[in-house]
Amino acid sequence: MNAKNWKLLTNPLNDENPITVQVLGICSALAVTVQVKPAMVMALSVIVVTSFSNLVISFLRKTIPMRIRIIVQLVVVATLVIMVDQILKAYVYDVSKKLSVFVGLIITNCIIMGRLEAFAMANKPMESFLDGIGNGAGYGLILVIVATARELFGSGSVLGYQLIPQKFYDLGYQNNGLMILPPMALITVGIIIWIQRSKNHKLVDKS
Amino acid sequence: MNTQSNSYTFIYASVIVLIVASILAVMATALKPAQEKNIEIEKKENILTSLRITSTRSDAEKLYDKYIVDKYALNSEGEKVSQVDPFTINLREELKKPRDKRILPVFNAEKNDTVFLVIPVYGKGLWGPIWGYISLEPEKYTNPKGTESTRYREIYGAFFDHKAETPGLGAEIATPGFQKQFRGKSIIDAYGKFLGIKVAKGGGNPEAPNEVDAISGGTITSKGVQAMLDTCLISYKDYLITQY
Repeated sequence: MNAKNWKLLTNPLNDENPITVQVLGICSALAVTVQVKPAMVMALSVIVVTSFSNLVISFLRKTIPMRIRIIVQLVVVATLVIMVDQILKAYVYDVSKKLSVFVGLIITNCIIMGRLEAFAMANKPMESFLDGIGNGAGYGLILVIVATARELFGSGSVLGYQLIPQKFYDLGYQNNGLMILPPMALITVGIIIWIQRSKNHKLVDKS
Repeated sequence: MNTQSNSYTFIYASVIVLIVASILAVMATALKPAQEKNIEIEKKENILTSLRITSTRSDAEKLYDKYIVDKYALNSEGEKVSQVDPFTINLREELKKPRDKRILPVFNAEKNDTVFLVIPVYGKGLWGPIWGYISLEPEKYTNPKGTESTRYREIYGAFFDHKAETPGLGAEIATPGFQKQFRGKSIIDAYGKFLGIKVAKGGGNPEAPNEVDAISGGTITSKGVQAMLDTCLISYKDYLITQY
């Protein structure tokens, strides 16, 4: 894999992260991050949808009539999302119940439409596919970080395994109920943005 | 080729839609059995939970077959209706009908040589439907004619679930902490009067025969649970006290 392609994969993880830098796809990041497992499944679903919709649209890019390009993009994304939703319902039913409407709402995730318009419509299939994986992964990475923080402090566990020992509870430690509520996801994302910018000076506005 | 002409655009759109529709149709048909199986297993798991039996997705079916000894559908007179499969009755549709037209399911479970009744309930929460299963414990009593008989008026276990209640607030109805409160509560008093369950705000009296504590911050869901139990259980009242 050459350096350019590698950048397509890794840039969205940090410098061009869809959530913390472009601030796209925030709504689902708030909703499915109470526990790590649904967050992981959601991340995986988004990676599948972004990469394959990028691939399909990139293949079709020269044939798509400009006037209905958004509709064609939507049709492709919607098809992939319905496929993912159906597969989850059939094989990981309990997770699909937790994700409920949010799988369906991947369709409206700005990251996907954004990548289709900005990248897949103008680039070759292979690059588009990598770009899709990269952006999906950038989204997923933040999702999993937020979910880990929320599950650890909100429920005392990660992936369902109790991490905070019973001794702490006996000494009066309590799970932070606020972590389970949606506003804390926003605050956690805010903290991640803060940490990221303090480490990565490229992202800070000069003015 | 001119990819911007009207006819090209129309043909393109039609072809894309046709391809997508056929892919989705094939896929939906192929996955349907697996999805329906999941829903069926979940229902069995829920029924077992209301009977205080812990099950997992893998052993739910086996345990269900072991404990559920009978199931039937009842009409408003309390008579068994034979043509209907009680497991697949759509409670939501039945509750839309007038009360004397409803066909309602009952499950009989045998655990420790005792026959429990399981009754499904369905109602409205704040954001969407809520539902559950109530299991009732038999009670021996001497009826007015002086003969020994059995009636069902005390709750043995309860299970509730919801589609979209607020996590941490209304969604608490799906937690064991809330559900355990229902154990031992009476929905019918000793004289055969229907009491229902009162989901009391500001702390239900644990000694009261039919009060449970509502969820703080989940007032509408709590009221929904109370209304759900009232509407669903009252239809069974005559059946429950005339059991032999």
